[in-house]
Amino acid sequence: MSDSFPWLTVIGLVPLIGAVVLGLLPRTATRLHKSVALVTSLVVLALTIAMCVAFEPGGDRFQFVQAYDWISAFGVQYAVGADGIALVLLALIAVLVPVVILASWNDADAAPPEQQIAAGTEAVGADVASGVAVRPRRRSVRTFFVLVLVLETMMIGVFAATDVFLFYVFFEAMLIPMYFLIGSYGGPRRSYAAMKFLLYSLAGGLLMLAAVIGLYVVSADQGEGTFAFEQLVGLEMSTGVEIALFSGFFIAFAIKAPLFPFHTWLPDAGAEAPVGGAVLLVGILDKVGTFGFLRYCLPLFPEASRILGPYIIVLCVIGILYGALLAMGQKDLKRLISYTSVAHFGFIGLGIFAFTTQGQTGAVLYMVNHGLSTGALFLVAGFLIARGRSRLVPDYSGVAAAAPILAGTFLIAGLSALALPGLSTFISEFLVLIGTFSRYPVAAVLAAIGVILAAIYILLAYQRTMQGPLRLPAGVDKIRDLHLREVMAVAPLLALMIFLGFYPKPLTDVINPAVEATMKDTGRTDPTPTQGRGDAAAPAR
Amino acid sequence: MSPLLATESGSAGQYAAATGTLELLWLLVAFPLVGAAVLLLGGRRADSWGPYLAIAACGAAFLYGVLALFALIGLEDRTADLQLYSWVPVRELQVDFGLLFDPLSATFTLLITGVGLLIHIYSLGYMSHDPRRRLFFGYLNLFIAAMLVLVLGDSFLALFLGWEGVGLASYLLISFWFYKPDAATAAKKAFIANRVGDVGLLLAIFLMFAALGTTSFTGVFSQAELLGAGTATALGLLLLLGACGKSGQFPLHTWLPDAMEGPTPVSALIHAATMVTAGVYLIARATPIYDVTDTARLVVGIIGAVTILIGAIIGCAYDDIKKVLAYSTVSQIGYMFLAVSIPGAGAIAILHLLTHGFFKACMFLSAGSVMHGMNDQVDMRRFGGLRTVMPVTFGCMLMGYLAIIGVPPFAGFFSKDLVIEAAFDQGGARGVVMGSVAVLAAGLTAFYMTRLMLMTFFGEKRWTDDVHPHESPPVMTGPMALLAVGSLVSGFVLVHVVDLERWLEPVTGEHKVEHVLAPIVVSLLTLTVVAAGVFVAYTQYAKKPIPTTAPAGVTPLTLAARRNLYFDALNENLLMRPGQYLTRALVFVDNRGIDGAVNGLAAAVGGSSGRLRRIQNGFVRSYALSMFGGAAVVVAALLVVRLGL
Repeated sequence: MSDSFPWLTVIGLVPLIGAVVLGLLPRTATRLHKSVALVTSLVVLALTIAMCVAFEPGGDRFQFVQAYDWISAFGVQYAVGADGIALVLLALIAVLVPVVILASWNDADAAPPEQQIAAGTEAVGADVASGVAVRPRRRSVRTFFVLVLVLETMMIGVFAATDVFLFYVFFEAMLIPMYFLIGSYGGPRRSYAAMKFLLYSLAGGLLMLAAVIGLYVVSADQGEGTFAFEQLVGLEMSTGVEIALFSGFFIAFAIKAPLFPFHTWLPDAGAEAPVGGAVLLVGILDKVGTFGFLRYCLPLFPEASRILGPYIIVLCVIGILYGALLAMGQKDLKRLISYTSVAHFGFIGLGIFAFTTQGQTGAVLYMVNHGLSTGALFLVAGFLIARGRSRLVPDYSGVAAAAPILAGTFLIAGLSALALPGLSTFISEFLVLIGTFSRYPVAAVLAAIGVILAAIYILLAYQRTMQGPLRLPAGVDKIRDLHLREVMAVAPLLALMIFLGFYPKPLTDVINPAVEATMKDTGRTDPTPTQGRGDAAAPAR
Repeated sequence: MSPLLATESGSAGQYAAATGTLELLWLLVAFPLVGAAVLLLGGRRADSWGPYLAIAACGAAFLYGVLALFALIGLEDRTADLQLYSWVPVRELQVDFGLLFDPLSATFTLLITGVGLLIHIYSLGYMSHDPRRRLFFGYLNLFIAAMLVLVLGDSFLALFLGWEGVGLASYLLISFWFYKPDAATAAKKAFIANRVGDVGLLLAIFLMFAALGTTSFTGVFSQAELLGAGTATALGLLLLLGACGKSGQFPLHTWLPDAMEGPTPVSALIHAATMVTAGVYLIARATPIYDVTDTARLVVGIIGAVTILIGAIIGCAYDDIKKVLAYSTVSQIGYMFLAVSIPGAGAIAILHLLTHGFFKACMFLSAGSVMHGMNDQVDMRRFGGLRTVMPVTFGCMLMGYLAIIGVPPFAGFFSKDLVIEAAFDQGGARGVVMGSVAVLAAGLTAFYMTRLMLMTFFGEKRWTDDVHPHESPPVMTGPMALLAVGSLVSGFVLVHVVDLERWLEPVTGEHKVEHVLAPIVVSLLTLTVVAAGVFVAYTQYAKKPIPTTAPAGVTPLTLAARRNLYFDALNENLLMRPGQYLTRALVFVDNRGIDGAVNGLAAAVGGSSGRLRRIQNGFVRSYALSMFGGAAVVVAALLVVRLGL
């Protein structure tokens, strides 16, 4: 492939085109909508794979670069490019979207949850609502898949942008399809959750916008005002300004990630979002926050990161333990998974702000692996909830007897959440912790307690739902095992996790140079071994 | 560095590349791994032939293990390191996935695949009525593969992969009958207790990297002398924490007896013969680290001695045959920890590990055979007189019994005697205390094992009405008989024919013997104490009738022992309850406190945005307005900042 092929723009446009095509199709052809959406996402996957092959790990930091003037008065450009970090996250998007479409195949067909519940308690409801025939309100299947595809375009844009303003535009635009996904297709408290999600994100976005403008002002002061990432790196500014601008970006990203104590929107959004939406929300959208730390906070504001880094480490460690303890205390399966993510985002933040190559590479790997792992966990939980029509853990028991494949996939997804060696999540957690330990040993030791807590919350949930004598929620007399479609949705995630657990090199080869460039931007170097001389000292074999 | 270390440890950590037969070392792991994959993913189609495939996979690994052993003996420096691929490459941290075949890992390989094969075959009979036995055999194969990775890995990270892999297999097998709430709880407890230990091992790996810049055996061991005293001790203690978790040592031992909820072949293979001894392997493997820290060695010895006593005391009080055997395992592994804590005596620990692998597996399988014939009854108060109904089982159990209490020439006599000798030979108070504990516990072992034999096989029949005990089929008694033979001869063979101590010397170091007590004195002393233990048990359980319920009005010690010395109560009150309270409190705080504050803010924002909406008559515009407003505020703030500077 020639270098000039505009990979990123093409890949970003494909889902948008798919969405437009969907919009032109007749409203009732739901089967066709689903197929078109799936095919579109598979085309994106194929193109992304081709792009990854074309990427040269040892080549330029940013590849597939394109830049065109957009608002020339302010130096705003349409500029895209991918470094290794963005590349692996783009690959994650390409994998997760078809999986989500496949897994959500029938989700939008179902009536909204409150009507399902009404149907479940027919005997009671009949008396109250006698005479008033409740006409089931159908939700548009077409809109659901249009939203997913539009969201995919936005997500691709946010990782591909190399112009800070463009990044900001995607960062905010991403909210809109997600807001509607939660608000229109979510659980009983969806409006509340969607509004909370939006308000939090808006508050963060506002701060970021201010910081983006601030950056422009600073660069304009020193010559030509610009939003181009590579020109902004190394910009001179006083420490006070740096800390102010850093904080603007940081808080926006910390809300998005979410990092403790900015996390409380996530359990609501994660629990109320439709399962597919939850996967995209936690699996990808939230990664924009941690990606932002690494791409923007660190290289643009090295001094501020150095000063504030240790405090952020403290927040991350609290988040790891706090998220894990709260996960243990949840009865709602989807809230539980959301809280595990709070803990996991703590790990990602830890790796980033430890300022070691291992920590940051681990953090990037963690973003990918967490997308696969939490994606699988949400999907399988969704399969269970769709069958039992209850999100509450205590409503279930011994499901493994009735649905062994469901139980098996739930267990593997759970084991990945607790970072069992042999699954890819272990590699990333290990790298984050080993990278943190060599600079902040106490933080690493405390965070390692989170490793124990993870085993407790996962196995507790597994035992309560899947083991013991078989008992199902009231009104559900039997639970069927996974369909072929559901297996096909979740199997690629599990297979990828196992493969990358034993052979993460394809990812680390791409991530390492990007992380090293980031480390160089921040002017930090890895600590050297305190007592030995590393592997170099080992006798040659 | 002393000249002795130069000749012994100088070679530690330097491994020759694998050649010839040993280049196929990966087959050892591949056979059972493929078996597991086929069985677990194969679906119902594999139900009929699956178990045989599993046996074949384990058998193939065993045969290859034997071949590899001979290849290894033929090598001059007796090490073979097979580099497979670059596993975790991140700058300074370069972890290659490699397998190391040396005397220690070769010994373990044969134990794992050999005993593993026998127990696979036994399971064919034991699990014949279980509809899910395909999964059972799949998990067994998975265990074998993980355990082989544990002992063959050539870096601490590869070891850790196997380490948690066996933990997973153990979890799956303990909870194999997942519909039993006790089994599910026991499995979870095992995994979590192991995780506590695993974190110790993980931190050890982090510390190695921070201090030495490497996690490979080669890199760490060849630089062990560079470690500062504090770092070395910390490393030793962290590795010990890992070992305690996996090997059921004090204070992480309570999961092991609960793990008996799993099927009995699992108890024999994983929770007696192989996995639970991984802690001993870890410490023996890390000999170069412990060589530079006597403090850590001392703590290992103390943990061992304490656990020997805890296990033996509790073992005297239980009526559940499998739990008695489990506490016996806890106690016997204590012996191994005691031995491995003594410089140069690592080989003796491995010796006891091997003989224990034979006789304890033999006893567990015999106990399984008893349960098989007694409708899964485990209460020894409901046994009695089984000697005539199950002669083969009785014979096998008897061989195991004679071996564990240490009657010459049975296997336990050789290994336990050497452990006790080595304990005394440390000299000083350390030698006297540890040696005495070891001798005393030998007496207790004789007591509780004699009690087990008498209650099960002798005396009157105290069976419940519905049981019709019968001898087990040959597919079960065959493996039992082979293990019984092992219980008889393995001690003599390993000490006098193979000379295991010399074979393992390159790994565990030379054992410099300066006898404090003459070996014959130690042997006689031990045998006297053992005889006393047997005699006391005889007077209590052969001379008097055994009530079918445990008698009340016993001494406080017995009462405490029946409640496993209150360790579970302690765990519950010290960790579980406070943990639950903390969790509940945090959930409350998160909902009311943090979220409440934010919701208040959100309400305020929502209110004002509501007002904005009314004015602006459109959400998007209010959004734009708020963006613009925020921008204006911050630009103003920036100007202030700049003016202020």
